[in-house]
Amino acid sequence: MTPHPASGVRPPRRLLVLGALATGPLLVLGVFFVLPVAAMVGRGFVVDGHLDVPGVLQVLARPRVGRVLAFTLGSALAGTALSLLLGLPAAYALSRLALPGRAVLRAALLVPFVLPTVVVGVAFRQLLGESGPLGFLGLDGTPVAIVAGLAFFNAAVVIRSVGAAWEGLDPRPGEAAAALGASPWQVLRTVTLPALRPAIVSAASVVFLFCATAFGIVLVLGGVRYATVETEIYLLTTTLFDLQAAAALSVLQLVLITALLVLTGRTRNGATTVSRRAVAPRRPTRHDLPAMAMTGVLVVFVATPLVTLVVGSLRVGGEWGLGNYRALSGTGEDRALLVPVTQALATSLRTAADATTMALVLGLVLAVMVTRRSHTRAERRLRSWLDGLFMLPLGVSAVTLGFGFLIALDRPPVDLRDSALLVPIAQALVALPLVVRTLVPVLAGLDDRQRQAAASLGAGALRSFLTVDVPAVWKPLLAATGFAFAASLGEFGATSFLAREENPTVPVVIFRLIGNPGEMNYGMALAASVVLAGVTAVVMLAVERLRVPAVGAF
Amino acid sequence: MNTHACTSPRLTTFHRATALALTGALLGACSLLGGEDKAAEAGGASEVVLVTHDSFSLPEELLAEFREEYGHEVVVRSSGDAGALSAKLALTKENPTGDVAFGVDNTFASRVLDEGVFAPYDPPRAPGAGRYELPEGSDRLTPVDVAAVCVNIDDTWFAEQDVAPPRTLADLTKPAYRDLMVTPAASTSSPGMAFLLTTVAAFGEEWPAYWSELLDNGLKVVDGWSDAYYTDFTQGGEGGERPIVVSYDSSPAFTVPEGAEKSTTSALLETCFQQVEYAGVLKGAANPEGARDLVAFLQEPKTQAALPESMYVFPVVTGVDLPEDWARYAARPEDPYTVDPADIATNRDKWLQQWTDLTTE
Repeated sequence: MTPHPASGVRPPRRLLVLGALATGPLLVLGVFFVLPVAAMVGRGFVVDGHLDVPGVLQVLARPRVGRVLAFTLGSALAGTALSLLLGLPAAYALSRLALPGRAVLRAALLVPFVLPTVVVGVAFRQLLGESGPLGFLGLDGTPVAIVAGLAFFNAAVVIRSVGAAWEGLDPRPGEAAAALGASPWQVLRTVTLPALRPAIVSAASVVFLFCATAFGIVLVLGGVRYATVETEIYLLTTTLFDLQAAAALSVLQLVLITALLVLTGRTRNGATTVSRRAVAPRRPTRHDLPAMAMTGVLVVFVATPLVTLVVGSLRVGGEWGLGNYRALSGTGEDRALLVPVTQALATSLRTAADATTMALVLGLVLAVMVTRRSHTRAERRLRSWLDGLFMLPLGVSAVTLGFGFLIALDRPPVDLRDSALLVPIAQALVALPLVVRTLVPVLAGLDDRQRQAAASLGAGALRSFLTVDVPAVWKPLLAATGFAFAASLGEFGATSFLAREENPTVPVVIFRLIGNPGEMNYGMALAASVVLAGVTAVVMLAVERLRVPAVGAF
Repeated sequence: MNTHACTSPRLTTFHRATALALTGALLGACSLLGGEDKAAEAGGASEVVLVTHDSFSLPEELLAEFREEYGHEVVVRSSGDAGALSAKLALTKENPTGDVAFGVDNTFASRVLDEGVFAPYDPPRAPGAGRYELPEGSDRLTPVDVAAVCVNIDDTWFAEQDVAPPRTLADLTKPAYRDLMVTPAASTSSPGMAFLLTTVAAFGEEWPAYWSELLDNGLKVVDGWSDAYYTDFTQGGEGGERPIVVSYDSSPAFTVPEGAEKSTTSALLETCFQQVEYAGVLKGAANPEGARDLVAFLQEPKTQAALPESMYVFPVVTGVDLPEDWARYAARPEDPYTVDPADIATNRDKWLQQWTDLTTE
């Protein structure tokens, strides 16, 4: 950190400091992302010992690739739009209005985000299937079902990231506009939304990445009729072993994601940022009815598959009972599991704690780095590059990354292939963008003059960080903690590749139970899902509780 | 909720500090980093690393017996299905992730054999196991278990509806069975792939025509086995609507109601494809001796006897007692369909391509 951020420091030195700070996160990204992905893509490009670029490019000319790409973009766009449509009103209602049970609702709405896709898929299909309660809609196996599934998982991202920014939004400009005669809609359109734009764009880009790389939900809800780039890479790698085509699609995926990040980065930079002034939630008025109604719709939308799960978990042999839950301390019918579900839960919690710690440390360093005021254009460019760079892991196929770990991290100096650390590291990479995207809009909203004022009053860099940044950021930091923890608890893609047999996490165990015959195993999978959802809700609720005493204190 | 909002700055700082400290403690208190690492502990002791798919499972006591008899600790590394396992083995052939692999089946064997993943190891076959050897690769892969993928039906449904149940592949395209069948996809599921191979074996070049008839007759194609069985099959969960499903010959052993004498489902034994799973020593193994011992151990009668209950498959060795339920309810096909592994190797991609075109239109 520079001793006097405001003045008297030459740009090159600031760049050097920035570079030095970036070394840690960059090293992590290099070793655990760039290296594995490059290794895996390299396998596809090198055929029989020589580089075959035309061969890879030819793959892109296949008609199927065009269809796959179109479906990926279309479904991800629709999924993002629906997530925003459902998530934004709820973000508002749950961050600004004094609704009864607000904390519980906020915690509960995050639950879908951590449920294993296999289980949610089964729950969705039981609802939408031919004989399900919603079977008459004829949605089973259609793109509509896929988009609904995507929104089910991702509305939580919108609520969390936009909600945190909304909570800190200064209400006075809006109130002033209203006093001057603006209608609530005009206030929303001309004052509130522009102020929230960075947070919304941030959330939307994360959601889009999640949607575009969704794997399980597309397979389960779309049947096999609809392939996305992600499912196609999986098929090409594991079933067809066509590494060349898989590499081509991986590169295509990376290019698209990079383009998206550049685009959203522009939008973010050009926007005004969130100003911080925490306000106590106020009583809802009749103008809040539409937002509350939409929140109600979201609650029903999220609750329906969850209720299906809970009901299923309470059915044993066609009757009501808790047998499935009691069975969780065992290893399932005919020993479907190596360890009891309870033990897997302990592993899950420990792994998530490690992953969260890593993601928070890295995320905080990155967020602080990219939001400090830039003094030169080079510096600004460097910061925005760093910002986008760490989003990339979200946009890469779990198969490519998982196999990449196997072939790239297998010899000294980085011989981590069989290490128990790989799982938390992979999960931290997944959670990192969530942490960064939660913190950046808030930190960016801080007026640098506050730091300058602190400095002019004699505060050192650390002191000014503690008095200016920390008070603003600690609440979003807690939100990010819970978020990262939840993401890690539910992470399945990378974990399933890397988890070791004697140490499975709960999603891995659930996947295993559901893949084995026997009514008891299926019941246990449902019960374990309910427990996972419950644990997440409790963790999120604890985070919410921690926030309560200080609300309105700034 | 916030009626008692704190106003004293001292108190809020205190709360804030407490909150952060609590979060830190919560994260720090339970962590893998501080915990012990089993594998590191075993360190130099003889350890044999088994690479397998995620359906692998053997009782703890059995692995303990192996440790006592042979003096090796088994470390299991599993991930993904048989396809992912084959891809993993092929990708890591220069520097294998273990000493021995189990779970490569006859639909994927040709790929890993071509890639040169396995070291020669040709132990004496246990009685009966020779039947399942691969024509090429028998010097590297040893058969361990066998199962058949068959069309399963819900007998109670057919009895209640008073419809004569189907028996053969050809029956399935008849109008009587319209909209009654569900199958996992060949592209994403190994029983789905096996069913595709069944039709290739049964109809030769004409298999696409058969599939068109199946699809015209309302065949439903879903992602995976669990999806088909638990969601769509009438005996799988509580909401299924289709009484015909592609599953295993052992499945009927799992649908015997408590206290009943008869399973509610049965496998159509004229619609089965045989899947054999193999084990082999990996080229470049750190502990080749341990790997060979484990392959031998997988063929021992006590290990073979444990296979049904832990992996839902049948032993390859003759004279091994089956669990009571299995002996009674899991009928096995006498003459299942097979496709030459060399044919599978040459045509797998082409068939899948054709199949995808048929099912996605």
